[in-house]
Amino acid sequence: MTETGAQSVGAAEPGDRVSGDVSLDTRTIQQINEAGISLKGVTKRYGDKAVVDDIDLVIEPGEFMTLLGPSGSGKTTTLNMIAGFADVTEGLLHIHGKPVAKLPAHKRDIGMVFQNYALFPHMTVEENVAYPLQRRKMPKAEQRKRIAESLQMVRLAEYGGRYPAELSGGQQQRAALARALVYNPRVLLMDEPLGALDKKLREWLQMEIKRIHQEVGSTFVYVTHDQEEALSLSDRIAVFNNGKIEQVGTGVELYEHPDTLFVGRFLGESSVLRAPSSTATVRDGNTTLAVGDHHVTVPGERRGVESLAVLVRPENLSLELPGYVPASSTENALPVTVKTATYLGVGWRYDVVLFDGTSGIVRTPNDATRFGPGDQAIVTWDVRHGVLLEDLGEGDESTT
Amino acid sequence: MVGLGDRGLTMSSATRAIATDPALATPPASAGRARRSRVKWGPLLLLLPAIAVVTMFFLVPLVDVFIRSVTDPEPGLQNYEWLLTNPVNLEVLARTFLTSLIVTVVCLLVAYPYAYLMTIVGERARGWLTLFVMLPLWTSILVRTLAWMVLLADTGPINDFLEAIGVGRQPLIRTTFGVALGMAQVLLPFMVLPIYSALAKIDRRLLAASSSLGANGLTSFFKVYLPLSRPGIFAGSITVFILGLGFYIIPSLLGSPKEAMVSSLIYQQVSVFLLWGQGAALGIALLVVTIIILVVFNRFVRGASLAPGVEPE
Repeated sequence: MTETGAQSVGAAEPGDRVSGDVSLDTRTIQQINEAGISLKGVTKRYGDKAVVDDIDLVIEPGEFMTLLGPSGSGKTTTLNMIAGFADVTEGLLHIHGKPVAKLPAHKRDIGMVFQNYALFPHMTVEENVAYPLQRRKMPKAEQRKRIAESLQMVRLAEYGGRYPAELSGGQQQRAALARALVYNPRVLLMDEPLGALDKKLREWLQMEIKRIHQEVGSTFVYVTHDQEEALSLSDRIAVFNNGKIEQVGTGVELYEHPDTLFVGRFLGESSVLRAPSSTATVRDGNTTLAVGDHHVTVPGERRGVESLAVLVRPENLSLELPGYVPASSTENALPVTVKTATYLGVGWRYDVVLFDGTSGIVRTPNDATRFGPGDQAIVTWDVRHGVLLEDLGEGDESTT
Repeated sequence: MVGLGDRGLTMSSATRAIATDPALATPPASAGRARRSRVKWGPLLLLLPAIAVVTMFFLVPLVDVFIRSVTDPEPGLQNYEWLLTNPVNLEVLARTFLTSLIVTVVCLLVAYPYAYLMTIVGERARGWLTLFVMLPLWTSILVRTLAWMVLLADTGPINDFLEAIGVGRQPLIRTTFGVALGMAQVLLPFMVLPIYSALAKIDRRLLAASSSLGANGLTSFFKVYLPLSRPGIFAGSITVFILGLGFYIIPSLLGSPKEAMVSSLIYQQVSVFLLWGQGAALGIALLVVTIIILVVFNRFVRGASLAPGVEPE
């Protein structure tokens, strides 16, 4: 805990050196005051190890923000710091302009939904939902009205008298949602709330959560490792990796314009070509890399980087018959061998291998030329569809 | 809603009750009948030694005691008449139950925080804590009680200390206090272990949830933690209370003959006066009252704490 964590922003003079390299100018103070949740240089250390390492994140009021990342990336720790279940080692944490780093969880006026639901097993659904209202000493009549409303909202109106153990997983999670929202907290935190449910139920509850978010208008912070879930729910996504935020943006931004190779590979499927930057030549704002005897052109340039990577989404790649000649200089073409061909209904998915062993994924529509395993082919894509990134030598373990 | 709501509905509250209450964990009558035809008798042979031991060393003596209580020295209910008309008997029975109750309360107050500590420390520390609580059980009851006699004696170290700090010597030995102290020490493990096992099962995230919903630590404890630990409290209390009723050596060595407990009284009737019938009647009376208390308690426990869902499925 640092002194600065509890310091009121209003009191901090512009330019104050608050903690390490966190300095507050007028603009920052304004940003903190206007944000739903603001994290500035927030760090969580256990011993020497920083689980969350100096992150900055501004979540707008009413926004649906998802913290996305693999396990151990610091996303849950960040959520726990916002909730008050974990101390902030260093940095500034504000909820609606109020410094909360030193405020105990029960005084933060946040709602929290846990992965294991955390419903009180000795209370009925109604008693569970009444619990936060009782803590706030709300009049009985008002309590009844609110309970009825919130059970209605999660479509559990007839289940008020049941005990949690008498409900299915999906119903328990909706009860937990009702309990977390019944007192209209301005911030709702959710820690992988759908992780324990099967796919169909999860998709249905995602729609429910989205609807409820629109209905209540609170700030939602949602933690998940499931990139599809993140894409379908969020206004914006913060991608976590190794205790740092790699990129914050809308789903479209992250998918189409990833800042880092990690982000590009974590969201959706992709094919990645790597090449040392010594082979790169820049012309007309495009970079051309040598891949064996072939050349690949990508928009943009990156200087001062040792190794480069080109990332292309499977739906932007096409397969052509051997001997195909690129139509123009705006098209890249590389010879590949088809390893597997999978019919997906909406089209075909091919796993292909380049001469140097690099593997790639191609998705083609049903009316495109078909290939079988072992076939030689030419993979092509429009130059505009490549994304030029720095290759930090990460392995190929990233999710698909 | 479609396809979601149904899942929870399939489990009726009756099935729940069965699932949570071991006492009711028998299949419904119809299912039982259908299964009975396919019962394999082999596994039941495994029960044979247990049945033999219980019959020979528990059931037979118990029946014998009961028969003696209505036949010794001659057939009739005169032993029970003596028991109910002699005020000393009722007084001793009442004192026995009271002492046991005090011991139960003392054990509970000591055991609960102790058991809680066991749930929050690491594996190693928990091992030590368990060892300490089990230690009294592994020491000979006579050695331990004699140690208490020395400690509690009018000229013992505790009284020396009390005099030294100006409180003055207090009657410690030959009092109900002394008896309760000695008994509580022995019975503590029987309280700590069930409470610990109940506390260990409580999901600590429920406390985090309670806190996020606006409850401070104290409220979370009384509204969430304590109710969920009730099965352990009840199990421990019943065990300690019932075991306490039958204590003999500690009350006779640490207590006063004028404040005897029922076990001493029974011993006296049988071994000193050779009145086997009266001793037997006292024993049966103790047994019956204990069973009544158990039944009432059990009803109370089921209604009050074993609410559906306390036990994870």
